[in-house]
Formats: sequence, structure tokens, C-alpha cells
Amino acid sequence: MSDGRLSVFKTYKLYVGGKFPRSESGRVYEVTDSKGAWLGHAPQSSRKDARDAVVAARKAFGGWSGATAYNRGQILYRVAEMLEGRREQFVREVADAEGLSKSKAAAVVDAAIDRWVWYAGWTDKIGQIVGGANPVAGPFLNLSTPEPTGVVTVLAPQESSFLGLVSVIAPVIATGNTAVVIASADAPLPALSLGEVLATSDLPGGVVNILSGRTAELAVPLASHQDVNAIDLTGAGGDAELAKELETAAADNLKRVLRPSASRRPAKGEQGEKGADRPQPVDKADWSADPGTHRLTAFLETKTVWHPTGALGASGSSY
Amino acid sequence: MASAFDYAPAPESRSVVDIAPSYGLFIDGEFTEAADGKVFKTVSPSSEEVLSEVARAGAEDVDRAVKAARRAFEKWSALPGSERAKYLFRIARIIQERSRELAVLETLDNGKPIRETRDADLPLVAAHFFYYAGWADKLDHAGYGANPRPLGVAGQIIPWNFPLLMLAWKIAPALATGNTVVLKPAETTPLSALFFADICRQAGLPRGVVNILTGYGDAGSALVEHPDVNKVAFTGSTAVGKAIARQIAGTDKKATLELGGKGANIVFDDAPVDQAVEGIVTGIFFNQGQVCCAGSRLLVQESVQDELLHSLKRRLSTLRLGDPLDKNTDIGAINSEEQLSRITALVESGEAEGAERWSAPCELPSAGYWFAPTLFTNVTQAHTVARDEIFGPVLSVLSFRTPDEAVAKANNTQYGLSAGIWTEKGSRILAVAGKLRAGVVWANTFNKFDPTSPFGGYKESGFGREGGRHGLEAYLDV
Repeated sequence: MSDGRLSVFKTYKLYVGGKFPRSESGRVYEVTDSKGAWLGHAPQSSRKDARDAVVAARKAFGGWSGATAYNRGQILYRVAEMLEGRREQFVREVADAEGLSKSKAAAVVDAAIDRWVWYAGWTDKIGQIVGGANPVAGPFLNLSTPEPTGVVTVLAPQESSFLGLVSVIAPVIATGNTAVVIASADAPLPALSLGEVLATSDLPGGVVNILSGRTAELAVPLASHQDVNAIDLTGAGGDAELAKELETAAADNLKRVLRPSASRRPAKGEQGEKGADRPQPVDKADWSADPGTHRLTAFLETKTVWHPTGALGASGSSY
Repeated sequence: MASAFDYAPAPESRSVVDIAPSYGLFIDGEFTEAADGKVFKTVSPSSEEVLSEVARAGAEDVDRAVKAARRAFEKWSALPGSERAKYLFRIARIIQERSRELAVLETLDNGKPIRETRDADLPLVAAHFFYYAGWADKLDHAGYGANPRPLGVAGQIIPWNFPLLMLAWKIAPALATGNTVVLKPAETTPLSALFFADICRQAGLPRGVVNILTGYGDAGSALVEHPDVNKVAFTGSTAVGKAIARQIAGTDKKATLELGGKGANIVFDDAPVDQAVEGIVTGIFFNQGQVCCAGSRLLVQESVQDELLHSLKRRLSTLRLGDPLDKNTDIGAINSEEQLSRITALVESGEAEGAERWSAPCELPSAGYWFAPTLFTNVTQAHTVARDEIFGPVLSVLSFRTPDEAVAKANNTQYGLSAGIWTEKGSRILAVAGKLRAGVVWANTFNKFDPTSPFGGYKESGFGREGGRHGLEAYLDV
């Protein structure tokens, strides 16, 4: 607003199926900074928006899971590149959302950009870390390969609106899953802006879908949705009752559940007293720590394929 | 079908196994009665003969067993891995030494042919203990970080279709990683687990490390519910698996669930017919079809359907159904009266819905629980016999024209445990295997198992893997 120019506000919108719709309900809610100053309106998504997001995520799953790991890595790296270019915007949004100083917010954004780079590098390595040939006692080739679980609902952390958000989305899609993400309820704006970055990073539409709104209102129908294969409960970490309700609903089609208590594992070197390396409560999670691989493996299935090897004649020594 | 040569009976001797008239629960290294004194009978499904009377565990017994396992945990988990390994190696060796006895026992209590218990179950049981024994002192190298820790007390519930093998799948990795266990075998097949308790004593396993609770679903539920259980491992029906997942919601209990299936066995037009027929028979008639990963849906390419079905029916007519202890027997008894009625009801629904039934012409013994190998043609994807897990010797035949259609039909199920592919074309095997949403895919073979090979499902067939390096994760705090 310097020089008397009136700035242009942004209408924050959802990111679903590669497009930027408003909530079908027409609802919005006020988003304020940590001091209560008005920042903007976020769409208050409905359960219909959540279902639409699942349809988009399912539609995108075949192509994304079938893409080469190298290609997925290239695209995740591209996200980092796009974010780097919009670094100032995210520093401002994160500072507002989380009440951080500019320098602390900058550190958070830098860490988030680096996190995309970290997971970009994992796409074509995790298969060798967790898969391989099994030495069965018989004339068979036996191979175990990790495959993505499918459509994953992600409850993004409530506190860490950007680094935490990136830390829960990137590992899910790195391995070929598609995601329906429920942004931090009180600080959704960095998440909605991230949608704009993803849309310009060659990420196919529907691979990541971002919803803002009341966490429970969206999470409950998603936890019981029969076409969702897994759910990450990180964002329900501060609400044990909700987390239990969601896990119970998820049992109806045996979704893979990443519990809030398991959502933050200690990094190397943190082991200390007995019990000290137990999972930390998520609201105390240090998202800047080494993320390890557990968020990648939480949403992977192992497929094992057998095939007879046969034999090349009786002597077997001629080659 | 008249056979040119009749087989003379070739029964395996029962004298190698000595079944006591009654058994107690195995808690803290001792056999003990149930707190409320309840017992139940276990019968041989091939003759309905009562084999023994065993204690029926209740909630109080579950609590006693969990406490014993908890007391044993501290020392057991603190043992050097190399020492835990030696206990497991001992157990593996004793199982090998007693394998004929255990095979006969399992055949008596379960009803499956001695050929299977002798040649499949028991060798795999021993191999599983050998395999995980070797992991006990190598956990630092398993890819779960340095010094990965056990979870604590594992509550394990196993089914009746492979009683001792499922026990091995549960107990071997749990002990190797330093957990202690409370295991509940199925109510229709309690005996081999009780014999295993004796093996634990022979091996000198410390008291309380393994506890065996014979009983029904109420004991299983109490075990899952017990606040001092850290890990639940269950193999059984999808319905019970879901109930367990609900029961442990909101707790810190870690779970692995190995549940039902409706495996597709896909035969392409270039597959060698005789090999495919053998694979189909292995896929659905092994263990009377009472296998969660059974190939219970045959998907055959339309152009070879008639030829394949002709060969299949001819082959099924040669299967020998009867005394499970006879070494020539291919098809044994159904495990229980309850399971037989379930199979019968599902087959009746198949007929009522308009599918065409064909059963192998074989005489069924007058006593015991029996079901002739059966297949359904004219089956659509909407038919109950194409959707529900029958868990019996019943094959549903569907056809397809293109590989895409085969994949779509194979994946059209809430389950995702197993699948089979029969074709001579390597690239087609890899393409189809890549698209099937199933945890185990057998190409040009079926129903092969190995302790090094991870086993487990996609979707509603459960989660977690048993076997191989993967199987360690289920019992480690990682």
C-alpha cells in the first residue's frame, strides 16, 4: 500500500483436481493472524467438497502411481524450484499465520523448500531400501516391491502451517499415492497458496487436493469414505477423542492409519533414557528434525511376485 | 470316472502321536486349568471322534497369561540376540525331529491330508523358526535403525486352516525381536499349539515367554482388549479384523491383520493348459480351499475357456477325497460342521442366483464333514460366489477377452491378498503383475510360501507383512 496504491487482495480458494474452486457450500470463514488481525477469508469446505476431492484423487492415482519414480522426483524438485521463486510471499504468509518474526519465518520456509528436495530424491530410492529379491528355498525368482497404498487423507498439522504441511504431503505423493489434504483450520492460507505452487510444478491435477475448513467436519466423512485407502491423523494430534473417532471409522474398510502418536519419530542421535525415544506428542513436534523414512513407508504396500526359474538341462555347467 | 487301478489304502500310522485325554492352558511355563474350570472338546473333522478335552480360557486367564508374559519380557528382551537365536534354533530342530508326530496330530485335529501336513505345513514351520532365529542377533542390520526395540507383550490370534504354521508365523518373529507372547489358537484346532508348548519346555525356553490360551472368540477379544498388550497380530476373517481395528482405535497398540481374500487366477490363451490346470487345482483345492490366499476366482481367456474347463473337470475327477491320514488322499475333511454349513449355504446361493454348478463325482464318507470339489460356471461379477470368500473347495469361473478386462475383473473386489497369472509371455506377466492390487502374485505357479518371502494383503485383506525382513517391523518399535 506504499505510494498510496491500493493493493490487490487475493481470494483464497481450494485446490481440487488441479483447479481452484470455491467451496460448493459457498461458505467462507475469517482467518486472522496471531494477534487477531484480519488476513482474509478461507473457503469453509463441506463434506461434498471432501467427496469431490476423493474423486479427483482417485482419478489421478493411476497416472501418478504409474509414472516413473524418476519423473515423480523431477516434479517434486520442480515444486522446490517454484517455491524458491515465491519465497518472499511464503515468508510473509507463514509469519502472519504463525506469529513468527520475518527471520524465523524465513527459516521455516527454507526448511520447507529443502524438504521437497529431500523427498524428490527419495522417489527412486525407497524401492531399493524396502524392496528386493527374497532368497526362497526353491527354484523361484521372488521379488518384493513397494507400491503406493492409494488415496490418502492427510490431516495437516494445526500448528506448523507450512513446514509441517509440506512434511506430511511430500512423503505421501513421493511414492505415488494421491492426497486429500485438510489444511490447518486456523492457519490455512499457506496451504491454499501452496496449491498455486503445485499447479505450476507439472504435478498432475488431483494428485494433491487441498481443503480448508473445520477439521472434524471434513475428517469424519473422509475417515469413513470407502474409496480412501489410508489416513494420516497428524492434524488430530491435539484432540484424542477426534483421533479415536476417526481411527474407528477408518476400520470400516481397513484404512491404513498413521496415528498422531506415531507421526513424529525421533531423529538419529535423539535416543537417550529408556522411553525417551518414544514418539513425541505431535503438538510438540519439531518439524525441522531429520524426517527419516517412516512417513514414506506408512503408505506403502509390499507386493511379492513369484515366478519359477526353470532349469537349463541336466549338466548346468556349460555356461 | 472309473480308474484303471485302484489305490490300496496307505494310512499313516496314528501311533506316532499320543494325545492326552485333557489339556490345560499353558501359562508361565505350566499347564493349568481355566480359572472357571471350563473346558471344550476338540474333534477330528474327518470322523467326528473326540480327540481331547481342553481348557477354555476366560478373561481371568487372559489376564494371568498377559501378566506372565509381562514378567518374562524384561529378561527375555534383555538377552543378547545370539542367545534368543539359540532358543529359536533349538525349537526349530525339535520341530524337525518331531515333525511326523506333529503332522499326524495336525491332520487329526484339522482334517487336512497328511500329504500336506507332512510336505508343506511342517517343513515350513521348521523353516520359519530357522529363518527368524537367524535374525535375532542381526536386528541392527535389518534397516530399522540401531538397536531396534521390541514392543513388549504380543497378543496373537490364529486361525484353524494352518494351525501350527500360523503359530510359527506369529511366534518366531515375535521372539526373535525380543517380545513375549500370548497366543490363542482357534477353538477347532487347539492341539498343535499345546504340543508346541511342550516343545518350548523341551527347548528350555524361560517361563512366560510363550503362553498358549485355548479358547473361543471371547478369549481373543479379551486379549485384544487387555491394557498391557502392546501388539496385536491376527489372522482370520475380515469381519473380525475390522472389529479388532475398532477395538484398538485410540490406543498405542500396534496391529498386523492378515484377513480374507478372493484371489483371481488369470489364465491367458497362450498358457500351457496342463500346467495351468495343476495351478488352478493347487490354487483352490489345496487344504480344501480353506486358504485365505486361495485362487477362488478363475479368470480364463474366452478363446480357451472350453478346452481349459474340459481338462480341469477331468483332473478334478481324479482327485481322491477321503481319509486324511491316507498318503494318497488329495482332499481331506472340512474343518468343522460350522464351516461346512457356511460353504453349503454359499454354494446354494450360487445355484439360486443362476450360476451353473458342477461337482466332482466322488463318494463322501458317512461320518465327518466333507464337501466335493466344486466349480461354478456362468458366473457374473455380481454373483455372491464371485464376491464373498467361501473358504472351501469351490471355484468360480469367469471369462475375459483382453488383459485390461482381466485386470479390471481381478481387482474388482474389496480384498487384495493374492492373484495368479498364467501365460508364456514375460512382458505380459510383468505388466499384469504390476497392475494387480494384491500382496502376493504367483506367476505360472500358485500357493508357494517361504519364510523369506513377505506375505500380506492390500485393501481389506489386512495390513502388515509376515515373513522376510519385512516381518520384523510388525514386532519392533519403529
